[in-house]
Amino acid sequence: MGIEEHLGYNILTTSLEKLVDWGRKSSLWPATFGLACCAIEMICTAANRWDIARFGMEAFRASPRQADVIIIAGTVCKKMMPAIERIYEQMTEPKWVIAMGACACSGGIFDSYAVVQGIDTYLPVDVYVPGCPPRPEGLLYGILKLHEQILKDPFLTKKYRERLALRQEAV
Amino acid sequence: MNKAAELLQEKFPEEVVEVAEFRGETTITVKPGRIVDICKALRDANETSFRYLSMIAGMDYLPQSPRFGVVYSLYSHRNHNRVTLKTLLPDEGGPVIDSVVPVWATANWHEREAYDLLGIRFRGHPDLRRILMPEDWVGHPLRKDYPLRGK
Amino acid sequence: MNGAETMKRTETMLLNLGPSHPSTHGVLRVLLELDGELILRADPDIGYLHRGIEKMCENRTYHKCMPLMNRLDYLAGEVNNFGFCLAVEKLLDVEVPKRAQYIRVMLVELTRIASHLFWLGTHGHDLGAMTPLFYAFREREKIMDLCEMVSGARMFPLYCRIGGLAGDLPEGFIPAAWDFVKTFPEKHQDYHNLLTKNRIWIERTKGVGVMTPDEVLDWGWSGPMARGSGVNWDLRRDNPYSSYEDFDFVVPLGRNGDTYDRYLVRMEEMLQANRIVRQVLERLPDLPGDVKVQDPRVSLPPKDAVYNDIAGLINHFKLIQEGITPPKGEVYQCIEAPKGEMGFYVVSDGSPQPFRLKIRGPSFINLSAMDKLSRGRLLADAIALIGTMDIVLADVDR
Repeated sequence: MGIEEHLGYNILTTSLEKLVDWGRKSSLWPATFGLACCAIEMICTAANRWDIARFGMEAFRASPRQADVIIIAGTVCKKMMPAIERIYEQMTEPKWVIAMGACACSGGIFDSYAVVQGIDTYLPVDVYVPGCPPRPEGLLYGILKLHEQILKDPFLTKKYRERLALRQEAV
Repeated sequence: MNKAAELLQEKFPEEVVEVAEFRGETTITVKPGRIVDICKALRDANETSFRYLSMIAGMDYLPQSPRFGVVYSLYSHRNHNRVTLKTLLPDEGGPVIDSVVPVWATANWHEREAYDLLGIRFRGHPDLRRILMPEDWVGHPLRKDYPLRGK
Repeated sequence: MNGAETMKRTETMLLNLGPSHPSTHGVLRVLLELDGELILRADPDIGYLHRGIEKMCENRTYHKCMPLMNRLDYLAGEVNNFGFCLAVEKLLDVEVPKRAQYIRVMLVELTRIASHLFWLGTHGHDLGAMTPLFYAFREREKIMDLCEMVSGARMFPLYCRIGGLAGDLPEGFIPAAWDFVKTFPEKHQDYHNLLTKNRIWIERTKGVGVMTPDEVLDWGWSGPMARGSGVNWDLRRDNPYSSYEDFDFVVPLGRNGDTYDRYLVRMEEMLQANRIVRQVLERLPDLPGDVKVQDPRVSLPPKDAVYNDIAGLINHFKLIQEGITPPKGEVYQCIEAPKGEMGFYVVSDGSPQPFRLKIRGPSFINLSAMDKLSRGRLLADAIALIGTMDIVLADVDR
């Protein structure tokens, strides 16, 4: 992300921005992060019927360094939270978070001593996909919404860079 | 079944507190002192042959005293029948009972879970530490006086 | 220091497998002590998915516990519910109508096939065989369609209710189920063609994780894990419940107790489950009637009684407001789940909430023998062992 410092903001960079955003959304590689039942629907999304490969996302990377998006699929327990934070911090920018399922969005039906009531208490979530578990079509809709967000991502503007710096300080 | 109750009445008459039948199941309440010998007898005797331990459940009967109890469910592959053993632990000295790991190896994880969630200590357990909660967790969540949403 | 002396001193290495790992089937962490590639000790660290289900059930009515039960073994959602409903029905001493029992058996056996298909796909995927995953999911999607037809939800139908079923089968279910039953055996042959005589599969699974029948009983293994070692035990046949004694099926047994035998046992179980579903479909037209027992303690009364009769109104009000209130007592009901013996120990103190609900999860006990099985084996075998134990972390951690 050093190129924008040299180019400034003009017609050349908007076209470049569009190209890069299109490239980013067309091959968002998810990190394998299925925790519970929603992971099964995530695997179904990647399997024959709702083939996620048509969106370029079939390569679930085990290593967070190679992943772009982390789909938190399933209940987040307090014991697991340090591991999730470590993996999120190891992911390289740009990175996005999809909270899949009621448990990741808000704790779901599990309002107990051992469950974190929503992953957004620790990570900045971009798309929430509710459901218990959400159907594969629901997850695909969430992914398409994320694609829309990415296409409008003005990563070459100064205002965006300031916002990103603020976000990184907060996490 | 009745054979298990008969066996225990014969060999450990002063340990058996009560034999109850409910919905076709037999529950034998025994005193916790000689639990390992009782379990060994149930496992090794030919007519009962309870070589399989299904589960160990820790219990917290809070308003009542004694407060803690342990329930064992045994199954016999030879006779295809089941018996439930129940013991109530004395309140003084914290809930402690002998471990039945020498009798059935599977008791290891069941007892660790009862220790983790209810605080019942098992004397002689090879590796008694928390299993489900994080190691530095304070408190025993399944006790009746522990709030549902945690502290 | 002498160069030769420093070379002779070796140390073992502690390797952390998980909790975020592609092959641990969920959030399982295994601490492996390794000498090169040889495993000296394996210590599973669980609890990363402990959601406190047992404690939550103590604060909910019996009916409200059912969504939590569904999410225990999430690959076989209906089976957990079935076991819980049987336990509460035993406590209440109600007899479920025959038609409801048969439909329950059908749905449970279909869910058993779905669970084994998922196991087959992921076990193969872990050991490097990626094709069976897509083949297995082809059939699993058909079963998910049947579950969706019956209740609207794919994985968690919540169709078994206390006292019977939520409602009768919808239009179109029986032809779709017949279609599945008739086409499944030839698709099943596809899986055999891919793996059973495959040289690599045999090398990776034969001789791995051997348990003798005595050790199986000592370590509390049940289900396909026990049958793979030759222990002739199936709760559906030996302690039948819910009309299983009316059906004709074979219980497959292994001989050597290794991963390959357990694979063959589960493959054959899928065909036997298909056979049971076929028998249910053949007999269902001759079994008209209610699908829920008409007992005022359990079922809502019919609407004209609620509107016209004061007793009906009070009954309806009490059931909705308080819920089902079993008598004081305790029962232990266990069923043959796809993973093994799944048990529910329900203690009731006469109130609408269970006093204690202890769930005996088969995966919890199957996993406890991991240390014993993996000593002396190579690191790659640890993955094969986790796959053969067919663990579901929500069942392990509850």
